[in-house]
Amino acid sequence: MNEKFEIEKLVQLARLSLTEDEKNQLEGDLLSILGYIDKLETLDTSNIEPTSQALSLKNVFREDEPGEKAESCIELAPAHYKDHYEAPKII
Amino acid sequence: MHRLTIEQAVEGLRAGKFSSVELTRAIYDRIDQVEESVSAYIHLTREIAQNQAQEADRLIAQGEKKPLLGVPVALKDLICAQGTRTTCGSKILNDFVSPYDATVVRKLKEAGAVLIGKTNMDEFGMGSSTENSWHAISKNPWSLERTPGGSSGGSAVAVSANECIAALGSDTGGSIRQPASFCGITGLKPTYGRVSRFGLIAYASSLDQIGPMAKTVADTAILLNVICGKDPKDSTSADIAVPNFSQALRKDLKGMKVGLPREYFTTGLDPEVEESVRRSAKTLESLGMEIVEVSLPHLEYAVACYYIVACAEASANLSRYDGVKYGYRSEHSDTLMEMYSNTREEGFGKEVKRRILLGTFVLSSGYYDAYYLKGQKVRTLIKNDFENAFKQCDVIASPTAPAPAFKFNEKTGDPLQMYLSDIYTISANLAGIPGMSIPCGQSASGLPIGLQLMARQFDEETLLRVGHQYQQNTDHHLKSPPL
Repeated sequence: MNEKFEIEKLVQLARLSLTEDEKNQLEGDLLSILGYIDKLETLDTSNIEPTSQALSLKNVFREDEPGEKAESCIELAPAHYKDHYEAPKII
Repeated sequence: MHRLTIEQAVEGLRAGKFSSVELTRAIYDRIDQVEESVSAYIHLTREIAQNQAQEADRLIAQGEKKPLLGVPVALKDLICAQGTRTTCGSKILNDFVSPYDATVVRKLKEAGAVLIGKTNMDEFGMGSSTENSWHAISKNPWSLERTPGGSSGGSAVAVSANECIAALGSDTGGSIRQPASFCGITGLKPTYGRVSRFGLIAYASSLDQIGPMAKTVADTAILLNVICGKDPKDSTSADIAVPNFSQALRKDLKGMKVGLPREYFTTGLDPEVEESVRRSAKTLESLGMEIVEVSLPHLEYAVACYYIVACAEASANLSRYDGVKYGYRSEHSDTLMEMYSNTREEGFGKEVKRRILLGTFVLSSGYYDAYYLKGQKVRTLIKNDFENAFKQCDVIASPTAPAPAFKFNEKTGDPLQMYLSDIYTISANLAGIPGMSIPCGQSASGLPIGLQLMARQFDEETLLRVGHQYQQNTDHHLKSPPL
């Protein structure tokens, strides 16, 4: 196990299910990429504001009016019963 | 006929030299001839194109003058067009049929365009070579043993190999500009917010932009005018006046300044690329521009910053692929949780999983400040770099990519090396500024080299003007691949 992350935990958080080979390979890839990303630590950003989007966007408000009907989309589901999505049991 | 530009096609159609049905047939004939060699398309829309071409001919006969009336165009396969499959280059969306049109598609239709097909791409836009497509590997028309770049590789190949008159791509870290550079065409990533993203399948929402890929800057200006503008369906689209980009092309360049960022011309840059870019700057100088040296000191941090921000956003955006609402569902699951993870395991390719995991990590409890917040702060530094540089110049010129097109499998074993092929393009997405790649030379082995021009936010006029004046005085954009 490496010092930075538990690959099992990440895989679970990301809702993936990797084979052992994939896990080993991706763990190695992530370590290498994170090693590269660590170069950001050399920058002093203590007085810098974060940027989450590049424009000075303001919130956009509008009246809440009904749009297209949901039926047009339910047909896209891998499984549905009338206008309900079907999925395997939860527990 | 397949070699025509938008300008030439529109002129020929209006003058009655040929019909849209004939032009569309010529494009499909060309596709039948070369597609097997280059694999630009994921699927073709022959029936839609036939109907649109017939309708265009009817309107042309009535004297209708729309900007793209009867002109065959291609769409990157992550842009929704009603009734067509939109696969995003992924198994997980292989059978997904768009229930609506993206805003750019609605605008293309209103402008009279004919939809030829949906082009190949790296899965969800994640890649720089189109090798990450689930469907096929697109080949560079200039050298079939090399990649066309990516992720909009299919669109670049289709334009370069004359399998369409022009195309749309999307660009999150260079995905329009780098393949445009590799394939010897013109590609523009507009300012963030210039073009609506409604109906664009999301990769990293604060960076994604749709943009034109075409044979000339003049064509790029026509396409940009068609697709841009405020859209109530995309709250991040900017409510800002849209100029007539085609008119802006005609102005000369006297008194303008072009900045060469010194950090872009250091180690890692191919000498042939450097020579072509410096020669292009001299050409711009001969057209009346003054060359100034500028500094973008945080360039070396851009790739690291990008992979934090983009992967974080991707891990959130791609959580919607859960096998419930649409797309692929694994059949080997007893419980909901198993179905989620098996669907995503079977439906996503390796690069997508890599980026989802990286994004999940940088957003996870205990690491958020050290990675995601740090990345957002470095993004501010990169944005400030450009604001400072544009105090000294009107446009920045640089290489689009560090080297010409690379060979298949050259970088697939080392994700970091693949990421670094986008080092010159990524900053424009982080800063939200427009960037354009235009052909500016060839390597000794005959591969195209791209010049990247970048401008202030919402100053596409300057980019297009400089690019057009450059193309009026050079012939790099007129060269065609030996196919």
